[in-house]
Amino acid sequence: MPELKRHDNRLGIWGWLGGGRWGMERYAYILHRVTGLGILAYFLMHICVTSLRAWGIYLWTGEGAFLDAPVFKVGEFLVFSAFAFHAFNGVRLILVELGFAVGKPIEPVYPYKSSLHVQRPLFLAMMVLAAVFFAAGSYEFWHGLAR
Amino acid sequence: MRETKYWTWFMAAGLLILALLGLHMVVMHLGSLTHLFAAHPDQPSVAQANSQARDASLFFTLSYVVLLGAGLFHGLYGLRVVVFELSLKPAAEKALSALLLVVGLGLFGLGTYAAFAAHGRAAGASPAVASVAGASLAGRS
Amino acid sequence: MWENVAEVREVAFHVTRFTPERDVKPRVQTFQVPVRAGMTVLEGLHYIKENLDSSLVWRYSCRMGVCGSCGMLLNGRPGLACNTQIFDIAGTDLTVGPLPNFDVVRDLIPDLVPMFSKHAGLRPHVVREDAADQDDPAGEYFQTPAQLEEFLQFTYCIKCACCMAACPTLATDAGYLGPMPLAQVQRYNVDTRDGGRGERLAAAGAAHGVFRCHYAGECSRVCPKGVDPAKAIQHLKRQLVLDYLHLARRQKPCAKQHGPGKGTRDPQIPASPPRTIGA
Repeated sequence: MPELKRHDNRLGIWGWLGGGRWGMERYAYILHRVTGLGILAYFLMHICVTSLRAWGIYLWTGEGAFLDAPVFKVGEFLVFSAFAFHAFNGVRLILVELGFAVGKPIEPVYPYKSSLHVQRPLFLAMMVLAAVFFAAGSYEFWHGLAR
Repeated sequence: MRETKYWTWFMAAGLLILALLGLHMVVMHLGSLTHLFAAHPDQPSVAQANSQARDASLFFTLSYVVLLGAGLFHGLYGLRVVVFELSLKPAAEKALSALLLVVGLGLFGLGTYAAFAAHGRAAGASPAVASVAGASLAGRS
Repeated sequence: MWENVAEVREVAFHVTRFTPERDVKPRVQTFQVPVRAGMTVLEGLHYIKENLDSSLVWRYSCRMGVCGSCGMLLNGRPGLACNTQIFDIAGTDLTVGPLPNFDVVRDLIPDLVPMFSKHAGLRPHVVREDAADQDDPAGEYFQTPAQLEEFLQFTYCIKCACCMAACPTLATDAGYLGPMPLAQVQRYNVDTRDGGRGERLAAAGAAHGVFRCHYAGECSRVCPKGVDPAKAIQHLKRQLVLDYLHLARRQKPCAKQHGPGKGTRDPQIPASPPRTIGA
């Protein structure tokens, strides 16, 4: 039998983002990924910049410091926000992925609770904590800008 | 079992980062709210004087090194996970792993050297700074 | 809500069509289907085939959510055509496409062979040391109801591939084992009759195994049988980590009511038929 042509229907990176009819954990998943990559990019630069202090170079402080430019300040604030989400969502993921927050296997008789429902209160609590941490950091950020 | 090993340490590093980076964030970004570990509370947390005071303390120097190692492992392993999910060829996977290992070890070496060099400079050049930092740590922790 | 069951409303079915002999890539064809309350997507497709275009092709069998053949992408979400009522998910428009993350063979038919190959490679059956006795058992295995509960939920899987289509990792990583095979690994690993745990864990813990799951949760959300593959996968990760840290409780496969070869066959149990494969 001749081999028939097929169509590759793999969604690609668009499939990570989801098509709009997905649940909140899907968005947490993609946001965790994006914030992680953002924090890593910053972290690698941060290591290089802060290592310069070994030679007495402080690029981030003093009159007209290089890293005092608004673009770096806003970038730093974005990294802080990313950390607030990534850290608290990460705590949830550790608990979930080690099987602590997903519940035991059950007989799925409707209306049953899936693992998503079991971990949802933890998810919401972590998001509230992330929001509080973010709000405190925002206050500090604007406070610092005003100074 | 190699992936299990990496992943277990990836989780452990995440917890370590949570504690140490949490402290770092509180010191750096909530400084005007908390004044934690600020040898010079009248100046911002990022000011050179406060930065040197932290460098003078062995606790901060060691925490920087541990955070650096944990952060590099967690971050670079995370990057590896994301990139591996793009269906690379096995040779590309191996090359990427090797590259990340080199980058990770290189930056860990640089950061560790810098942390101890800065510690030496801050503690040696200005004993007053070290003593202020020590007093601040003792008083506030 | 559709209180008036007699009411009939036209719904536009935007169906993905792909004829490999003719089409370079899939196209969308729209059909107007008269829909009454309670009508399923599968019934809508039958209406199209019988009245509008007999060349439309899809896969189905039982019509009652048991066989797992009619998994499709319904309004952007994987589900079974036979147990999805049209008015539950659509007002005036409904998109019907083949399950993503698989090659399309024709119209709404995905090629599920890669999924079944991964599944088969993980030894999804009870494995016993005594192979002869396993093939021709002469007694029952001990298992308490509590031990059964540990995996019963995961046995309800009908291999419809909805979870595989919803999984974001499988959207890019063709080598990832995926929710269905991994949930079945957990199903057999915690079965007290089984002795194939080590072999399965080695496969599940490999590069494109269980750690490519990051709990987006979509597999459990779309599962039409309440199998909750995400739960199974997280428990599987825990098992691997505990094993690595040497914290897992060692478990031997449970004993038989009669020792291997020592039991007497219950005359009520008919003899197994002659082997057709590997005889």
